[in-house]
Amino acid sequence: MNQLTWRQRLSRADVKASPYLYISPFFILFFIVGLFPLLYTAWVSVHQWHLIGGQGDLVGLTNYVDVLQQPNFYKALRNTFSIFLLSSVPQVIAAIVIAYMLDTNLRAKTFWRMGVLLPYVVAPVAVSLIFAKIFADQSGLVNAVIESLGGTGIGWHADPFASHVAIATMVNFRWTGYNALIFLAAMQAIPREIYEAAIVDGASRWRTFFSVTVPMLRPTVIFVVITSTIGGLQIFDEPRMFDTLGQGGPDRQWMTLTMYIYELGWGAQKNFGRAAAVSWLLFLIIVAMGLVNFAITRSISSTAGKKGRR
Amino acid sequence: MYNQMSSPMAQQLAGKGAARAVRRRLHGVDKRPSWRTYLVLALVLLVSIYPLYFTILLGSSDATTIARNPIPSLIPEGNLWDNMVRAVQSDIKFWTALLNSVIVACVTAASVVFFATLAGYSFAKLRFRGSGGLLVFVIATMAIPTQLSVVPLFILMAKLDWVGKLQAVIVPGMVTAFGVFWMTQYLREALPFELIEAARVDGASMIRTFWSVALPAARPAAAMLALFTFVASWTNFFWPFIILGSTNPTLPVSLQLLQASYFKDYSLIMAGVVVATLPLVLVFIAAGRHLVSGIMQGAVKG
Repeated sequence: MNQLTWRQRLSRADVKASPYLYISPFFILFFIVGLFPLLYTAWVSVHQWHLIGGQGDLVGLTNYVDVLQQPNFYKALRNTFSIFLLSSVPQVIAAIVIAYMLDTNLRAKTFWRMGVLLPYVVAPVAVSLIFAKIFADQSGLVNAVIESLGGTGIGWHADPFASHVAIATMVNFRWTGYNALIFLAAMQAIPREIYEAAIVDGASRWRTFFSVTVPMLRPTVIFVVITSTIGGLQIFDEPRMFDTLGQGGPDRQWMTLTMYIYELGWGAQKNFGRAAAVSWLLFLIIVAMGLVNFAITRSISSTAGKKGRR
Repeated sequence: MYNQMSSPMAQQLAGKGAARAVRRRLHGVDKRPSWRTYLVLALVLLVSIYPLYFTILLGSSDATTIARNPIPSLIPEGNLWDNMVRAVQSDIKFWTALLNSVIVACVTAASVVFFATLAGYSFAKLRFRGSGGLLVFVIATMAIPTQLSVVPLFILMAKLDWVGKLQAVIVPGMVTAFGVFWMTQYLREALPFELIEAARVDGASMIRTFWSVALPAARPAAAMLALFTFVASWTNFFWPFIILGSTNPTLPVSLQLLQASYFKDYSLIMAGVVVATLPLVLVFIAAGRHLVSGIMQGAVKG
């Protein structure tokens, strides 16, 4: 009798506690390696802190002031945004166009879809090594082609903008196909009747694309832009591998903010305080960009909604 | 007659065959695209495949030929195997790196699948106080730029004496918010409540029910999640580079070393790229279609 109630009680506890137990690994891990480090970054950033020496004096905002007086910080900021824009804008446009072509009754659909996705399984480091050769100043593939056509080769490493284009190309190579498949899925969710109605109304294929497909893709575009903002502003692998030294060029032409964090923390200075300060600044920038994204997409969606109603 | 007609109308009036005919004429749903679409797609494919072929071309060549011909001839030369052997035997610990990458990617994938399925099952099928809010919290964490926490994470790992050890790479990635969200979405639709209740009526404990009912039902989504996690882990560079360094590298870290120490011999570097990339390309050929459908399903739900 007693045993039975004991068992019942155990079973009831099982039912009550198990759901929390099952989700606990995620929350425990997130608090240890996600939330705590994020807050601890702020703590480190207001201290003197050496990679090996460890925690020093509380110095308030000195690390922030120091960093904000460095020209390299502003170079890194400029480079990060330049590379981000060069990789996200053309990528989203190309991905939508590719998706639109994949969204037809192709023969061998799976072949084409797998084909555009292939670069995704190549590690960014490997992509960078390949494109470092393609964009080499001397004896690089692109310059060789330009010269054989009678032009003069481009200084892919010397010119800041050219180096950003080269690095953005690596990012685009790896991610365009992936995003094209996301857009393809969204396009397939558009009811076919809408297309039919548009064509019955006499809209051309291009008109249909711009007036039906693109507006219907808006939520997906927002999703892709936000994820690529979070990832793109933290870019490290490709610019780090763009030359053998990994410092972003002699004049830091292509050094990004994450590379700057690495250089401050693990480079010559070994200054964790400053590295943490830049980390927090970048975090705030990403949050701000998220809000800007949100505001822009909201205003676009309201004007588009008005247009649609007319 | 059907020229000015939409397909649902045609279906009403003249049956499915007529509807299909109308749709074929109206839009590319059923219509075969023109040769121009194929041409443009072929160019896109060329752009995504040529750099990889370029790698094989250079990897099968030698340093002098590469220096002489910046535009490689389209037929590979015969040195690929020799160059791959040289890359593997160079002093950058390629074997260690290969083994490390296999261990990290496999353990991470298995762990993410297990813990994400467990949590996803709980969120999708079990009733408990606060489940809605907690799930929103999980999704919100996906927007946190985790890479920015490297400094404290490094301090933490140094305290644990994990610097240079594989667990420093494996443990932080053992369960992901994306994985939990993904499995929640899948199990919500794929696992009927009746199955769970049947198991409970039969006297199975909660974990037993998970193990024998939820886990088998989750298999298709779990396989995709494993694939994504494997790719992400195999290609990851920033954190392994910082925490493992050159003493105990994963493949991307050792590729970086290869570039730094053999930058004059691009045939060797490219052969190294081939060695590091080939395993994943083979996985892709075998299971790439699942990757494709995984991305597309995730997009519709997400």
